Amino acid sequence: MTLQLIILLPLLGGIVAWISERRGSSDVRWIALITLAADFALLLSVWAGHPAAAGASRVLLDENLPWIPQLGIGFHLSMDGLSLLMALLTVFLGAIAVLVSWTEIRERIGAFHFHLLACLTGILGVFLSADLFLFFVFYEVMLIPMYFLIVFWGEDAKGRVAAKFVMYTQAGGLLMLVSILGLYFAEGSGHTFDYNRLLATRAGASSALLMLGFFLAFGVKLPIIPLHGWQAETYSAAPTAGGIILSGLMAKAGAYGLIRFAIPLFPDAAHRFAPCAMGFGVIAILYGGLLAFSQTDLKRFIAYSSISHLGFVVLGAFAMNATAYQGVVMQMICHGLSVAGLFILAAVLRDNAGTNDIERLGGLWHSAPRLGVTGSLLAMATLGLPGLGNFIGEFLILLGVYKVSVTYAAIGAFGAVASTIYALWLVQRIFLGPRREGASIRDISGRSLVAAAALIAALLWLGLYPQPVLQRAEPSPRAVMGTPASDNSFELHPRILARALELPRE
Amino acid sequence: MSSFDLYTLSPLIVLCSAPVLVMLAIAVRRSHETSVAITLASLGLAFVLVRQLGAEAPRQITPLIVIDRFALFYMALIIAAAFVVAVQGYGYLKRRHVQPDEFYILLLIATAGAAAMAASTHFASFYLGLECLSVSLYVMIGYLRESPRSAEAGLKYLILAAASAAFLLFGMALVYAQLGILDFAGLAHAKATQTGSDMIVVLGFVMMLVAVGFKLSVVPFHMWTPDVYEGAPAPVTGFVATVSKASVFALLLRYFSAMDPHLYRPVYVAVALTAVLSMLAGNLLALRQDNVKRILAYSSIAHLGYVLVAYLAGGPAAIQAVSYYLVAYFVTTLGAFGVVGTLSTRGEHREMDSIDDYRGLFWTRPWLATAFTVMLLSLAGIPLTAGFIAKFSVMSAGVGADLARLVIVLALTSIIGLFYYLRIVAVMCARPAQSTAPVGAYVPEEKASRSGALVLFALTVTLVWIGVFPAPLIGILKTLTLGAH
Repeated sequence: MTLQLIILLPLLGGIVAWISERRGSSDVRWIALITLAADFALLLSVWAGHPAAAGASRVLLDENLPWIPQLGIGFHLSMDGLSLLMALLTVFLGAIAVLVSWTEIRERIGAFHFHLLACLTGILGVFLSADLFLFFVFYEVMLIPMYFLIVFWGEDAKGRVAAKFVMYTQAGGLLMLVSILGLYFAEGSGHTFDYNRLLATRAGASSALLMLGFFLAFGVKLPIIPLHGWQAETYSAAPTAGGIILSGLMAKAGAYGLIRFAIPLFPDAAHRFAPCAMGFGVIAILYGGLLAFSQTDLKRFIAYSSISHLGFVVLGAFAMNATAYQGVVMQMICHGLSVAGLFILAAVLRDNAGTNDIERLGGLWHSAPRLGVTGSLLAMATLGLPGLGNFIGEFLILLGVYKVSVTYAAIGAFGAVASTIYALWLVQRIFLGPRREGASIRDISGRSLVAAAALIAALLWLGLYPQPVLQRAEPSPRAVMGTPASDNSFELHPRILARALELPRE
Repeated sequence: MSSFDLYTLSPLIVLCSAPVLVMLAIAVRRSHETSVAITLASLGLAFVLVRQLGAEAPRQITPLIVIDRFALFYMALIIAAAFVVAVQGYGYLKRRHVQPDEFYILLLIATAGAAAMAASTHFASFYLGLECLSVSLYVMIGYLRESPRSAEAGLKYLILAAASAAFLLFGMALVYAQLGILDFAGLAHAKATQTGSDMIVVLGFVMMLVAVGFKLSVVPFHMWTPDVYEGAPAPVTGFVATVSKASVFALLLRYFSAMDPHLYRPVYVAVALTAVLSMLAGNLLALRQDNVKRILAYSSIAHLGYVLVAYLAGGPAAIQAVSYYLVAYFVTTLGAFGVVGTLSTRGEHREMDSIDDYRGLFWTRPWLATAFTVMLLSLAGIPLTAGFIAKFSVMSAGVGADLARLVIVLALTSIIGLFYYLRIVAVMCARPAQSTAPVGAYVPEEKASRSGALVLFALTVTLVWIGVFPAPLIGILKTLTLGAH
């Protein structure tokens, strides 16, 4: 029941919020916030109830209900360390999204929160499904509330942009569905979509094609470079909360799909495909960075810097060893947090300074020092400054990749340098430099400040004491079986990290 | 013929006597309400009888008709659709200045014809059922005589349907001349003994497929579809789109699954080609339309292409996938045309079918817009609607039968489909123009439109229900076996 409750709680809260608005209540935002707080508490109780002890069962909770037994489809939910981390991230960012919409969304608040929370339910479902059909349903269904969020509460040309977003994702999704079906029929004994049983299936000769279907679907979500056509427009058209969900969570659904499905289900094919996939990764890192550097719109900047950072995720996932795997998980969480922060920055600038155009901003530090500090810290996180979580992620990924390919690790490291340049340049253009006329703006305050502070605190915590998260993120053996060195590195990882950070080992 | 045979045939008997009853009632006193009541009551009775018969063993009655679970399922589907169309037609005709009663007579005759087709095992019953259906449709499509579009659509349908009937007869004649058989079981047996090398037999089958393709409106026999869909009254469009296609599909499943498709390789390839062309052309042509009924027309061409993919898979998987798809398609299509019909206001000859008529519908009539959105999402195959499970079972059947290439075409073309469905949704979401009065916003609710709204609500709930809990329906579909072979 716990897992079902975790998934359904946001949806129920959303329905209550919508109904209460129609009844004339003004507490819609509080209802949404309280629901998410309750969900977060539920997740924390799972965390506390299942300590990450070595040798303990990887699966923390497992609930299986029959759904469509004739086709071998179950409502099978399962939670391991990775799912737990992603679920925590989802609910946390969901609450942040509610906070930043507090003043931004003025009309149809009930419907807005319903769609927001329904979207979170879909994302939680993605992270907790242990049945491929169920996973696909959640993966697709979360698009619909997001579509309406963009269409109803978004900015210019939203109808076309939202349709493009849905079509891109759906295209990947349907190819993945074909792959899922291929795997379903490759599984010899009795038809089932159960993850664990399909994990034991060898698809044989077609496995490369089947894996490609998954890779394309997740590649659209991340996105990787040739599949990113929807992203920048969608990020700029979406309301702030939508942007946070899109970049902070939905992109992570793609990353999660890679390390949960694409690689473990087809380890041999993934191993053969790895050089190519890692190539996509470094292209995303460098090209995304280059594009980010040349943007003048803050939201577009966020979009392209996201591509660059999620390129690390692709790179690390296909390194297929434990070190890189943990780096990937870390990177997913930290990028989610820092990108949400950047979206808050964009929202505050648009409200207080009236524009997101970087060219028209400048010298804001004097009038808005708190905003300046917030923005600089987020930029530091983005560029991977040690002490903030993103550094751990990128460092571990590069370390893991180094074992597989020195070349890719070296190119990836260049990407880290590039991110330093564009992030610092961003800070300089917005906050430093000569004051523009009318540069005296209202400082960040109230709920946005609370939200940004919470994000930065989380990033600092992850940067300084990542151990609990890394322990939770121990890889499933199938995700890292490609390289013989994996067992070794799995043993080594806390020490490597402790040395790198000069932290005492627990 | 024993009395039990008569009992087994009772749904058909009810359907055939109902039009006579309506006619007699009209002779006594013309009353729209009475005609509707008789129609709905007899359709309800037929539906109950079909359910009763579900428990009985398959029964062949004369060489013409078999009543097995498969036939009963399709009869139930057809009768339910006719019920919905009758209710929608009541609301629709009430608002127009036409003589309404004959509509129900034609509807009942068409339903009887369609139901007979679902149960036929012989070319004779097939042809009779088809003609009952078609001839009624000519009039139903042209029912709004004063509207030039409706009359044009009726005439267009008449000419093309007559031509396709000629093809069908010629095909049957060729097969009969060569094999001397007219019943399906005999044909299947004959095929087992002879090879498919006989060109005249193949030609006969291809000619029959032309006629069937016309009825299903698959490419390249689709030309009539947009015009007829656009011109016909909205409830009739719903009927044409669902009942007339499903009855042909029921027949196709029964008849052609009796024969081994690989024996007749050319026929098989032709159907595959038709499926691909329908998926491509239907979706691509819909992109450029600005009329909702035409969009739905082209999308129905694409949907029939999807169903053909499942059909080609063959075997029990095909029956289940096709049947599920048709159920979902029925609910969705009837609902979508129900929305169009509900919007079309009193006294106007034009229907509310231009895409601009839907601008801001979410703001003026939110419930109607929600229902329409659910329908469109189901057509697009988004999860938690029946359309998704339907598309899934089609893809599943396809992949299971090694038709991966067809399935990939299906997947990619349905992305194109998503574009025009979302286009309608986006238009409904947009803010309404302030200057013009919103569409049908302040039409006072009346009993007629309330009954239509109720049906619409039921369809929407059904759509979501069988999308979220498809297990019971799949359970029923698993028991659909073709008896009497």
